[in-house]
Amino acid sequence: MLKRIVSGRIVSGIQSIGHRVIESTWRLGYASRFFILVLLKSGTSLRRFNLVVRELYFTGVLSLIIIVVSGLFVGMVLGLQGYETLQKYGSESAVGTLVALSLVRELGPVVAALLFASRAGSAITAEIGLMKATEQLAAMGMMAVDPVARVVAPRFWAGVISMPFLAAIFSVMGVFGGYLVTVIFIGVDEGSYWSQMQSAVDFRFDILNGFIKSCFFGVAVTAIAVFEGYDAPPTAEGVSGATTRTVVTSSLVILGLDFILTAFMFRGVS
Amino acid sequence: MSMTPETLVEVHDLNFSYDRRPILKGVHMTMQRGQVVAIMGGSGSGKTTLLRLISGAIKPTSGYVRFAGEVVHELNRDALFKLRRKMGMLFQFGALFTDLSVFDNVAFQMREHTNLPESMIRDLVLMKLHAVGLRGAHHLMPNALSGGMARRVALARSIALDPMLIMYDEPFTGLDPISLSVIGNLIRRLSDALGMTSIVVTHDVQESLKIVDYVYFIADGVIAAQGTPQEVRQSVAPFVHQFVHGEEDGPVPFHYPAQSYSRDLDLEDSIA
Ligand SMILES: Nc1ncnc2c1ncn2[C@@H]1O[C@H](COP(=O)(O)OP(=O)(O)OP(=O)(O)O)[C@@H](O)[C@H]1O
Ligand SMILES: [Mg+2]
Repeated sequence: MLKRIVSGRIVSGIQSIGHRVIESTWRLGYASRFFILVLLKSGTSLRRFNLVVRELYFTGVLSLIIIVVSGLFVGMVLGLQGYETLQKYGSESAVGTLVALSLVRELGPVVAALLFASRAGSAITAEIGLMKATEQLAAMGMMAVDPVARVVAPRFWAGVISMPFLAAIFSVMGVFGGYLVTVIFIGVDEGSYWSQMQSAVDFRFDILNGFIKSCFFGVAVTAIAVFEGYDAPPTAEGVSGATTRTVVTSSLVILGLDFILTAFMFRGVS
Repeated sequence: MSMTPETLVEVHDLNFSYDRRPILKGVHMTMQRGQVVAIMGGSGSGKTTLLRLISGAIKPTSGYVRFAGEVVHELNRDALFKLRRKMGMLFQFGALFTDLSVFDNVAFQMREHTNLPESMIRDLVLMKLHAVGLRGAHHLMPNALSGGMARRVALARSIALDPMLIMYDEPFTGLDPISLSVIGNLIRRLSDALGMTSIVVTHDVQESLKIVDYVYFIADGVIAAQGTPQEVRQSVAPFVHQFVHGEEDGPVPFHYPAQSYSRDLDLEDSIA
């Protein structure tokens, strides 16, 4: 009797795992098809670029504050911690290098993308989801205007364009924050802060790779955000659930992608 | 059902199911140019579904809808979009674009589908807004409108490009008596003056009988009754009588959701 219950539980457990796997694979396929659809219907956005510019304001410009402030603080913390450790070995002049490399290679793209996902990604999902729930997308279709081309694609491209800029601004602010803490407050030599940084940071391996990362993150976050919004059940709970999923999924995807990209980029270097 | 040159919409033996649950079972309808046609029926009887079928948003299981000579579900996407420029639809809750002002909402289709200069768009938009009595509200955002005002703006938006057919999904619910007859008269005027055909889905029996040319009653997925307002008022068919007079007892079973709705309508009428 007990044995049968236990084995029944195991079977239904396996079933539910299988069910979830099938479900998420199906959803992934559906999302990929949607992504391709968005790309195919991007003609309108490119022809009428002011549609994208308008969204650039909402996704990019409105994310600036959080990016600038966070970048500054992350840089200041890096400067403090880096100085703490480096001075033990008498190499506190290398603190500029440490700050710049951590930011440009990793923290800039990754943290900026995480912030971008929670600031702009969630807003995109909520906006598109609400437009769907209030039949605005259906009404648009009835007016012979394709909502994917008119609503989704401009938001997607605005996100893709904003992300590298935001990551770059984050890194610049971080380097400045590090400078503030180590040079201005602690008194590390200004010349060595900048010159060590200049000689250690490589354009190809550090800056370009960081840029490439942020482009990948921009595509990933915005694609997830527009998909979740477009796919949200047209109810209040549906939209709020989709907004949460956007933040959770894109954060995980950012971190996973970062590992994969880093492994490829810095393979056999240094 | 022959296709005279006057016929704009022909619904022929239309069947539709959601998840194998039949919603419409062999519906026949014809609508002439310039006619105002009411579709009535209990809640959940498939009225909105019928509008979605006419606009090509969903495809029938069998049968067809012919609009301006073309079978709607056989069109490819581009042809369907082209056809839809000749249709307007007023959604049950307005569905105004929340990120655009009242003016830009009404101007939306003109900007998307025409190359009219901005000065002409301005004149046209103000004319459409004037028709619904909201010219003075052109600068407001949709969230600053009451439900009834939003519906009127949505109406102005759906007639922006002077379509041949406008479908109204419950245009009267939630309107005060004055706006209600304003909208009712406007629907009538659009047909008389511009020759637009209108399909009005409504529960408001008394108001719609004043303005329409023809009425279809849907129940259980079929046309239960049809006729001119005159015929409908005088009808002794139990179903029609019950619906028009909002009686509790009749062929429509008591547990059917329509029942309480009809009583609600009765209540509204005594206030109006
Ligand atoms: N997307 C859908 N999936 C499954 N069933 C649906 C869907 N949309 C509507 N239905 C069902 O189809 C039936 C007809 O719905 P419809 O919206 O056409 O009714 P209606 O006549 O417009 O009702 P109301 O007067 O309440 O607006 C209802 O029973 C509804 O439950
Ligand atoms: Mg309905």
